[in-house]
Amino acid sequence: MSNTPKTAHRPLEPSRRALIVGASSGLGAALARQLAREGYLLALLARREARLADICDQINQLGGDAQARYYPHNVTSFDEVPALFQRIAADLSGIDLVIYVAGTQAAMSEHEYDFEKDAAMVRVNTLGAMAWLGQAALYFERAQAGQIVAISSIAADRGRRANPAYNASKAALSTYVEGLRNRLSRYGVTVTTIKPGFMDTRLLENAQRTMWVISAEKAAEQIYTAIRRKKQTVFVPGRWRLVSLIIRHIPSVIFRRLSI
Amino acid sequence: MLEQQSRPQSQTFYDHETSGQTDHPPLPSKRLERVSSWGGATHSLGYVYRPATLGRLRRVFEVARESRRTVGLRGAGNSYGDAALNEANIVLDLRRMNRILDYEPDNGRIRVQPGVTIAQLWQHVIEDGWWPTVVPGTSKPTIGGCAGMNIHGKNAWRAGTIGDHIEMFDLLLPSGEVLACSRDANSDLFHAAIGGLGMLGVFTSITLRLKRIYSGLISVEAYASRNLAEMIQQFEQQQHDSDYLVGWIDAFGTGKALGRGQIHRANYLAPGADPYPQQTLRLDRQHLPDTLFGIVPRSMMWRFMRPFMNNVGARLVNLGKYTTSRIGHGSVFQQPHVAFHFLLDYIPDWKKSYGTTGLIQYQSFVPQDRALDAFGTMLTLCQRHRLPSYLAVFKKHRTDDFLLSHGVDGYSLALDFKVTRGNRQRLATLCAELDEIVLNAGGRFYLAKDSTLRRETLSGYLGQDVIQRFKALKEQCDPETRLETNMWRRLFAD
Repeated sequence: MSNTPKTAHRPLEPSRRALIVGASSGLGAALARQLAREGYLLALLARREARLADICDQINQLGGDAQARYYPHNVTSFDEVPALFQRIAADLSGIDLVIYVAGTQAAMSEHEYDFEKDAAMVRVNTLGAMAWLGQAALYFERAQAGQIVAISSIAADRGRRANPAYNASKAALSTYVEGLRNRLSRYGVTVTTIKPGFMDTRLLENAQRTMWVISAEKAAEQIYTAIRRKKQTVFVPGRWRLVSLIIRHIPSVIFRRLSI
Repeated sequence: MLEQQSRPQSQTFYDHETSGQTDHPPLPSKRLERVSSWGGATHSLGYVYRPATLGRLRRVFEVARESRRTVGLRGAGNSYGDAALNEANIVLDLRRMNRILDYEPDNGRIRVQPGVTIAQLWQHVIEDGWWPTVVPGTSKPTIGGCAGMNIHGKNAWRAGTIGDHIEMFDLLLPSGEVLACSRDANSDLFHAAIGGLGMLGVFTSITLRLKRIYSGLISVEAYASRNLAEMIQQFEQQQHDSDYLVGWIDAFGTGKALGRGQIHRANYLAPGADPYPQQTLRLDRQHLPDTLFGIVPRSMMWRFMRPFMNNVGARLVNLGKYTTSRIGHGSVFQQPHVAFHFLLDYIPDWKKSYGTTGLIQYQSFVPQDRALDAFGTMLTLCQRHRLPSYLAVFKKHRTDDFLLSHGVDGYSLALDFKVTRGNRQRLATLCAELDEIVLNAGGRFYLAKDSTLRRETLSGYLGQDVIQRFKALKEQCDPETRLETNMWRRLFAD
């Protein structure tokens, strides 16, 4: 116990405390840096320990209120989540914001049907999110406060030819998060779904076609604005909202003939 | 097991090689509850355990050890700030340990479990002609909580704190060992655990000496005071022949009226003064009125107060009360003990009138010769910051022998401040400035009320020496640092 650094909580000047799952690269790392600039205490989770450590070092060298600590974790180790969530809550002396960023998109060719790849995406993108956000939901419901943010995707809008399982994993995530929102809004908990378009991150490697690609930093900025404004569903960048609206309303009979 | 990496800056707090194994299982989520400060300005989540037996109580410490969580003690949760919160860890609510273990009606000695409340205590003993020598302004706190905070009452300058009337107690250490402590046995621990914020162990039984009373009524006199100087003068004049003295201050008074208010003095009735003590001592004669101003039901009162809980409304209410006190200057009346002592219980849920963002109290203690100057400056400073206190209470104190003591030979001023969404930072700044005044005057603070102190301020009034002595005792009693609260982490922890 005594070797754990404690976070002191000042009643009139509470610090803001965030947990980011999937913080070692891309959007997660950019969000960590964005929140650090805003003075958050951070718990960063990801598999790759060395990269997490580097990001924490960068943040802790910023000075100011921001502080980051990291917890190596594989989101598919679902059993670890309850104990780890409790541990982080104790280390940060409470949690106000939980962001689930972890996501994977397998390279998939037009004629490939690979259950292992499909299942891996569902485990990381959907089940991992349920494991973490379920804990967050429980915690915030009791606290009657807090905010959950899930990074879904515009890919959740339709099942596409390119990667059906990826679409399905993100669609399931979106629906799950919507359900959480409907459960939790009455307790004063905000649940935000982020639907990014194409971001310049590792995930892009396996996307077949891209448009309106933005940097992770730019996306993180827009996501932070959505967090601050307690938005429900936000497209990043915002113009995807219109595209999404159109795509969702294309009749199946036409959509199956298109190559989007 | 937890292993730290040898990186210079950031550390991992989790070792994935052994994670997921059952060496520190999570606590059951059904125990997770929102636990608030009494003032409602800060909230936490804790895993709340409410044992009713000593066996279950011991088991809580085993659970804490297995899950590597700390344990924060909590009584009735009447501490204004974060003294009984333990964020994301175990909160040990002792209210169900509420049995009266021994009572000697002939000589006024009583041994109770920590969860017995002040209300339970006086109700148990009054018909035999006894009264708890020291009671706070509300009857809701538990004796364990009162001892852990070493509370005082309106007779603090005469009778001292509650600790002065505790003969002995049993202290359960986190290891499961029980130590009997008194002024003779484990005297160090006796003087440190009383007022020790529950950081050394759990009181499992507390033996108190009671005060003999000869009537269920108490004689009360009210006087208006034109300003703080006059109030202090009245206290000084009346201290020798009063059993209780308490001042109310209109914190909106300025200039020559700075610190204007009203004092109430009360005296026990002498033997024979009450012709029918058996009747007035009856439990059913000790009650608070059901309505206020003759018409408003007590339970509804906070709703009527709510519109007045702003700078304009509170100014009006304080002015009204002061004007009434001038009219009633010199009035003498008798009232039941409960009606005099438990003023804060007059209006159930009165804190709700402050709204959902709650209130904090800032109580400071200043030696006699500096009191007028320091408190005058403080009242002015609050006004200058446009953060006037809506309720201010003035009391007289004396020093005591306890390690973490708030006692001074002087006075205390308790200021209630409304907390709003927008004023938290300003309030914190104001309190930091008030701290300076108190420290410069050689004053002290009372942690049962505190929400705002900083480590520097704490060591400024207690002294590093005292803090280190307390920590050394904690190291002996609680070598694993199992006992912690939000307040401990804020003010003491390394």
